Amino acid sequence: MVNDTALKLDVGRKFSEAAAVGGAVIDLAAAKAEEKAKFVCRGVRVHYGAKEALHGVDMDVPDAGVTALIGPSGCGKSTFLRVFNRMNDTIPGARVSGSVLMDGADIYAKGVDPVLLRARVGMVFQKPNPFPKSIYENVAYGPRIHGLAASRGELDAIVEGSLKKAALWEEVKDRLKEPGTGLSGGQQQRLVIARAIAVRPEVILMDEPASALDPIATARLEELIDELRKNYCIIIVTHSMAQAARVSQKTAFFHLGDLVEFGDTRAIFTNPKDQRTQDYITGRTG
Amino acid sequence: MTTLGIFLSLIFESLRFFAQVPPLDFLTGLQWSPQTAMREDQAGQSGAFGAVPVFLGTLMITGVAMLVALPIGLMIAFYLAEYAPARMRAAVKPAVELLAGVPTVVYGYFALLTVGPAIRGFAEAMGFAVPTQSAVAAGAVMGIMIIPFISSLSDDVINAVPQSLRDGAYALGATKSETLLRVVFPAALPGIVGAFLLGVSRAIGETMIVVMAAGRAANLSANPFEAMTTVTVQIVAVLTGDQEFDSPKTLSAFTLGITLFVVTLILNVIALIVVRSYRDRYE
Repeated sequence: MVNDTALKLDVGRKFSEAAAVGGAVIDLAAAKAEEKAKFVCRGVRVHYGAKEALHGVDMDVPDAGVTALIGPSGCGKSTFLRVFNRMNDTIPGARVSGSVLMDGADIYAKGVDPVLLRARVGMVFQKPNPFPKSIYENVAYGPRIHGLAASRGELDAIVEGSLKKAALWEEVKDRLKEPGTGLSGGQQQRLVIARAIAVRPEVILMDEPASALDPIATARLEELIDELRKNYCIIIVTHSMAQAARVSQKTAFFHLGDLVEFGDTRAIFTNPKDQRTQDYITGRTG
Repeated sequence: MTTLGIFLSLIFESLRFFAQVPPLDFLTGLQWSPQTAMREDQAGQSGAFGAVPVFLGTLMITGVAMLVALPIGLMIAFYLAEYAPARMRAAVKPAVELLAGVPTVVYGYFALLTVGPAIRGFAEAMGFAVPTQSAVAAGAVMGIMIIPFISSLSDDVINAVPQSLRDGAYALGATKSETLLRVVFPAALPGIVGAFLLGVSRAIGETMIVVMAAGRAANLSANPFEAMTTVTVQIVAVLTGDQEFDSPKTLSAFTLGITLFVVTLILNVIALIVVRSYRDRYE
């Protein structure tokens, strides 16, 4: 299965490159990542009121790299993403059952404070949502509430470091006092990534982060994601299959609240096992 | 059009007033005693029209009212917008808004018969002599009347803060109160300022409570426990009773009126601009 993937039709730029480099090398890396799972999900169900939005998902999210969640609208991919930082808790009527282990510990166990969990699992939303504060204050907000900086100097360093990691520093270093809402859409999205990085998370969740951006800003964001995956476990929801193909190493396909297929991105796109996946990625449904 | 008519009638009468009393005396004089001689041969006062004590009285009572209304109104708004379950909110919000529908005369009774004596009794227990009619009594009751203005408008602006901002803060590991105080409140601040200014202009224009609870004496004092008077009360005072219509006493009412009109107009305009600029930012 591994070897014949390279021969399959070319879905994305990434795969032709992968084929040129040699599939075996990349698969070794993927196999290594599989050794350690960041999240182990078993039988995860989410209800909104009486309606079940997710019908029992089993999935191991690898510690390293980017995991993409794809699927048609309303398939539960965003709902599933919000399971990892317990954002569903903030929605009235939402209920999560099943088990989700992060580094072996159940994040839905009694006594787990979702507030502390969210400091470890950052999130970037579909629409850039900088606070109506200065660029500096946006990034400094998290470290301030968590008391990560003992002095003004430390805080400055965290802000600068986070903005650099989010590839925004060069563009904003001379106007840190200006409102974050005044930046362009792409810059705002990188600002909220910097804001998330500033609290030193282990995981970054991204919910269709590029859907409000133009192609150039999207390309920059994807470069950034590729850079960030060296240090963070990233889970990204996207409705763009090309994007999933470009940025992720693992892909999960959701359909009507079920996890249909989960595996190496290359395998999913070139050799899907399930007919529904096949139909979706070839554009027959969705 | 109506506004213009009101404004013009005020202007003309004010001009007649200023023909008899120098504007500078009116704006800076420290004594207000508008009694003028009823007949030509009557000995007595020519009247003093220094409006400073009257304006200060207004300022003091408005200040007391906002000290009461702002914290309570804001806390109600915070609770309703962020903490109250939907059913509680549906019940409490109209109940609070009912306060705005109580006739001001009833508030006046309340201030005069309940709050005023209570404050006097408390002060006497502490060893101070305080009149029943005081700026504090009137201001406190007026504050209660203004609470729904603050709470209802603030509740609306807090609800208008996009959910995405709250999500952003929660996703960073902020608690509910951290999110409220450091993200939602700053975002809603312009709207809350607008609500505050509307409350202030309501307080400045209020008459009945003050007539009943704060007295009519134009005292120049910084002590809120003194009896005081306000611009609106003096307008009522000088216009009730029979006297020549073109006496400075009567005309002074119009001058006070126009001053009040201009001040509240400015406050309302500022409030509207602030609220609008806030809306622009998120839509």
